[in-house]
Amino acid sequence: MIMNTLSILDLNVWYGNLQALKAITADIPPNKITAIIGPSGCGKSTLLKSLNRLLELVPDTRIAGQIKLNDFDIYSSAASVTEVRTHIGLLPQKPFPLPMSIYDNVAYPIRIHALLPRKGIPDKVEETLLAVGLWDEVKDRLRAPAFGLSVGQQQRLCLARALAVEPQVLLCDESTSALDPMSARTIEDLLIALKEEYTIVTVTHNLGQAERLADHVLFLWLGELLEQGPAVRVFQSPEHPLMAAYLAREFG
Amino acid sequence: MLPVEITGRGKRESGLSRLRQPVPLRRWRELVGSSLMRGFSLLVGVMLLVISLTLIIRAWPVLGHIPFSELLFSKSWNPSQGTFGLGVFVAGTLIVTLTAMVLAVPAAILSAIYLAEYTSQRIRLLFKPVVDLLAGIPSVVYGLWGILVVVPVVRETVAPWLDQHVGESIPLVRNFNPTGYGLFSSGFVLAMMIFPIIVSVSEEVLRSVPDELRHALYSVGATKWEVTQVVAFRSARGGLLAAIVLGLSRAIGETLAVVMLVGNVPQVPRSLFDGGYTLSGLIANTYGELMSIPLYESALMTAAVLLFLIILIANIIARVFLDRQIARGGIR
Amino acid sequence: MKRKLFVRALLDKVWPAVMLLCLLGAGFVLSSILIAITSRGLRSLSWEMISTPPQRAFYLGGAGGILNAIAGSLCLALGATTIASLVAIPVVLYMHTYGKGKRQTLLIRLALDVMWGMPSIVYGAFVFTFIMAVGLRASLLAGMLTLVLVSLPILTRTFDEVALMVPTDLSESTLALGTTRTELAGMLLRQTVPGLLAGIFLAFARSIGDGASVLFTAGYTDSMPSSLLRPVASLPLAIFFQLSTPFPEVQARAHTAALVLTAIILLFGMLAYVVHAHLGRYIIR
Repeated sequence: MIMNTLSILDLNVWYGNLQALKAITADIPPNKITAIIGPSGCGKSTLLKSLNRLLELVPDTRIAGQIKLNDFDIYSSAASVTEVRTHIGLLPQKPFPLPMSIYDNVAYPIRIHALLPRKGIPDKVEETLLAVGLWDEVKDRLRAPAFGLSVGQQQRLCLARALAVEPQVLLCDESTSALDPMSARTIEDLLIALKEEYTIVTVTHNLGQAERLADHVLFLWLGELLEQGPAVRVFQSPEHPLMAAYLAREFG
Repeated sequence: MLPVEITGRGKRESGLSRLRQPVPLRRWRELVGSSLMRGFSLLVGVMLLVISLTLIIRAWPVLGHIPFSELLFSKSWNPSQGTFGLGVFVAGTLIVTLTAMVLAVPAAILSAIYLAEYTSQRIRLLFKPVVDLLAGIPSVVYGLWGILVVVPVVRETVAPWLDQHVGESIPLVRNFNPTGYGLFSSGFVLAMMIFPIIVSVSEEVLRSVPDELRHALYSVGATKWEVTQVVAFRSARGGLLAAIVLGLSRAIGETLAVVMLVGNVPQVPRSLFDGGYTLSGLIANTYGELMSIPLYESALMTAAVLLFLIILIANIIARVFLDRQIARGGIR
Repeated sequence: MKRKLFVRALLDKVWPAVMLLCLLGAGFVLSSILIAITSRGLRSLSWEMISTPPQRAFYLGGAGGILNAIAGSLCLALGATTIASLVAIPVVLYMHTYGKGKRQTLLIRLALDVMWGMPSIVYGAFVFTFIMAVGLRASLLAGMLTLVLVSLPILTRTFDEVALMVPTDLSESTLALGTTRTELAGMLLRQTVPGLLAGIFLAFARSIGDGASVLFTAGYTDSMPSSLLRPVASLPLAIFFQLSTPFPEVQARAHTAALVLTAIILLFGMLAYVVHAHLGRYIIR
């Protein structure tokens, strides 16, 4: 069994009577960055949030289909939602640190899942903060409130928080759109470095970013998956006319 | 159409002068309006000052001449003989308030959390008027309910049972008072009175915590209860404390219901079920004797000043908590 | 980790159950109060009770009713709410026009918040000293003044909250038309009428139920309200005094008074709610 693989099988999502996603079937390749692109309102965020079952929090939604992580359907009755979310993490659009110290932000998920004995937590926190390049900047003020960090630092902290539970997949919901260009670039560089260990799925409306990051591309249009494939091929010679038009309009 | 005719200097000047000042009627209206508004605002602004100063001045013969330690802690209250120890009444107020807080606060916070986090919009809309209704019931009616329902239950069931089964080990619940009118009964009814306020304010505070926090917590695999813990006890902490302090200040100052139920016995209580006497009860019950004894009025005014100060401090603390909460970005 | 998962899932179910229990407990208490008041109150409710003042020997079981208290309470609350509104409206309008952003406005808000938390008996003590100094006695006027102090913070802050919700674009575009700030105040008033009315109803409900404030300022009497300078009866005090008699017939009248009082308060509370929901349709949000 290959790790870090995500397969979407015939996913349909309804908000009340409105169908937001129609029969989405796709394979997310392991240890690569997959970008979900498309015009606004096409269902990118909906698709992403269904991957870690966060969509269930929205009232009046109906989800049908299967999403398999390494051949295990995360929507099956045997699945535990809290467990699933430790395997599939999420980096939100707007950085939102928890109302705690910097240290506690990273330690919180480790504690609630009791992943490590108490003695092991400080090392894990340091390791995770190093991985996101935040350690040197905060190592002297780990107990300070996380709200005091700059926006770029906060987003890296949120990334550390997501990585602390060692997920297999990392979802990014337009995670750089609220950041200044320099911080955005830092996050992008981190994602590229992280794909060695994690499978990354990112939603982005910034085609430049998609070009920079993506190994694999999913193109959504009004809830339907119109095109998917390796980024090189999709960007150079898109098969679906709407995809070609979208690319042309954005780039042209 | 321009307000100015560019035909000649004269006309133009008068046009410009109209640009500077509105028409006499409007000017007059503005003068009246602004003076009215300013005047009344000044009035309201100084009202608090006037009230506190008046009370302090009237209380001064006692407040300024009796040492604080005697005023607050002495148990001998005999104004006709010159002793002004409010100790018994302070104790009464404290015990009744404490009982009410212990009974009301946990239940109120938990109820508020349930309403804010675990119910749908529709049910919450249904409960809001119910809570407001509870808050609107006046003190006397609560007192009446206390007399009709609570006192008999305490007298016949609660006090004897506790005395029998636990009275040996916890002297606090020994039952020396067969009437049922005492600190516990009034504390219980008081708890019911402050419950709606705490729920109402806490629920609003919780609802103003942004959803992004909840999503961030769910995303790392937290259960609903774990999410609620962070939202309520971390993010909204200051707001909840402010709600509790508001309930506290209501409890301390409550008069009629407590007077009807506490027994009005000026003694230091030995147990929770004993009769007692509160500061507000003292003022309410003895005002009629103000005229006969010279320093009596000052003594009662001292009690009023004491109440005023305690509640002033409580309110300021609540405000500080709330403002710090908003500044830290926990809630809007 | 398996055991921890079990514990977490368990707590996730247990705590909400405890919370629901608390909420239902409160609901139970509320029903108990309403049932007790209604059932006892209905027993001695009669037309005579609410339409006549006490006759001779009323307090020993004689004829008569509580009309003096009903009328007295209505006079007190109406007078107090009217005066408080007349003060609150200019003050809040000031805070949103001439005083907008100034430090005085912050201080006024703070003072009002503190005043909201004051027990009404403190206001009673204050007004009592005041009237003693001026040479008056317990009277309808004094009672009204005390109730003004009680309801002013409520009215002002409720009105203030409503005025705060008016979008700033509206104020700015009004001023951009060249209006004076008094005229802006007039426009704000029109926008906030539903909220203001709701606040007035709420303040009315609060002041009619307050007994501690009128205890030594309004006095008590068996006659109907006649002049501003004579004492006046009130429903809360009618209940309070009649409960302390040893005669069950008289106590029963206290229950009826409680029923009438609660009914009036509920009515005005509902009116406040309805006004806010209904008239609020036409204002801009």
